Amino acid sequence: MSSELIVSVRQVHKTFTVRRDPSWWQRLRGQKREVNIIEVLKGVDLDVHKGETVVILGSSGSGKSTLLRCLNKLETIDDGRILVNGHLVGYEERAGQLVDEKASVTAKKRTDLGMVFQQFNLFLNKTALGNVMAPLQDVKKMSREEARGIALENLQKVGLIDRKDNYPSKLSGGQKQRVAIARALAMNPSVMLFDEPTSALDPELVEEVLAVIKAIAAQGTTMVIVTHEMQFARDIADKIVVMDQGVIVEEGTPDQVFFNPKHAKTYALLKRSGLAVRPPGTLGEQIGEAGKL
Amino acid sequence: MEFIQSVIGYFPRLLAASPIVVQLALGAMALALVLGLLLALARISKIKALRVIALIYVEIMRGTPLLVQLVYIFFVLPAIGIDIDPVPAGILGLGLNYAAYLSEVFRSAILSVEAGQTEAALSLGYTPSKALWRIVLPQSFVVSLGPIGNYFIAMVKDTALTSVIAVTEILKTANVINAQTFETTAVYTAAALLYLLISLPLSRIVSALEKRARVHV
Repeated sequence: MSSELIVSVRQVHKTFTVRRDPSWWQRLRGQKREVNIIEVLKGVDLDVHKGETVVILGSSGSGKSTLLRCLNKLETIDDGRILVNGHLVGYEERAGQLVDEKASVTAKKRTDLGMVFQQFNLFLNKTALGNVMAPLQDVKKMSREEARGIALENLQKVGLIDRKDNYPSKLSGGQKQRVAIARALAMNPSVMLFDEPTSALDPELVEEVLAVIKAIAAQGTTMVIVTHEMQFARDIADKIVVMDQGVIVEEGTPDQVFFNPKHAKTYALLKRSGLAVRPPGTLGEQIGEAGKL
Repeated sequence: MEFIQSVIGYFPRLLAASPIVVQLALGAMALALVLGLLLALARISKIKALRVIALIYVEIMRGTPLLVQLVYIFFVLPAIGIDIDPVPAGILGLGLNYAAYLSEVFRSAILSVEAGQTEAALSLGYTPSKALWRIVLPQSFVVSLGPIGNYFIAMVKDTALTSVIAVTEILKTANVINAQTFETTAVYTAAALLYLLISLPLSRIVSALEKRARVHV
């Protein structure tokens, strides 16, 4: 794609350090603190262009959610560079090293990335409308009236205008997630990040949320989606990325990935969801574009 | 009947001392709320020195009797040149002591707010401190209301301790009356009833406030 690059991920590495402190009596017996370093991202590269919908697939622990959370620095990175609209988020570069930048600068940059969480994370003490209005007033410093107008407009988009005065405790999971989407959209970010948006939902509520996401994608919103919904991924994605053990093992259009997976992991994922066509490497004749791989 | 009449007879003089109780309780609670919140923030701070200082403060205040603390402020501080009048000394003693307890209430209430609330706020462009003040603290305050109310009622009763540092509150007044009339049973029954009359409506008010704050649950 030749259009403008919104997100560029270059050689990103990340480790988690898990410390286990011995109890006082274990310490008396000479046991030392246990330190385990787990590599979650091992050199990831990814491009997201304007208007593109990128779906990240992968089994649990593959690093896909961590990658997403690194984009707006909810997680730190150890090495590599992540640029959003050409800027590092959460860091500045000094003598080739990543250094944490001021929290207020990071906060400002984060308004460019809307995020939707698996657990919705609606502000529990605010109504649906209050949830959407709060960041407009607190962060974008809008007047009450202005914020209200934009909030109503976005609640309308997700079809929840009649539920605007409900607190999250009186909304279904699907409704909560739609409010969360409206809240993120209202900030008018240049890219929307979805972290398994339907994984915490009852099966019958998944569709309404997916429909909203599809509608937003159709309006040309740039999106990065981490999901387990394979059919949805196939329908919505311009590009599918498959991750396994901290690396991207496969990248391509839905047709390429679904029809002619190159990697055994991709095939395993497809097979589990009943969408597998044929195992990697068994495609004899050239079938459309997939054959060129 | 005679007994009841003499109990009631002591009410007006004791009641005259009750504004001081209100003054002590409100003043000390205001101090305890502000200091308690600051201590709680220090306890969860990233800066280790703040955490340690706050912890030491809380342990000292919880680990020594309030009565001793009041005596210390009123009788020991003047020895090093700090002279405080009875009522301010009472407010200071009660406030400093209850701040330690309230800090624990605030701390656990803050920690009880899910990390996802902060993450959502950060992702929307709140700075960490703005996320704390606009999103986390309002929610934790609702959680703390019940315990704060309990401590407030306890504090109203603990104002009686200030009688030993010459605050003429209800108990001190009762002592004075008792020394004149020797009607011990009636005088102290009246005093006890008066405390009850103050506390009971307070607990009603507290649960009403709690109910109002929890509309969203």
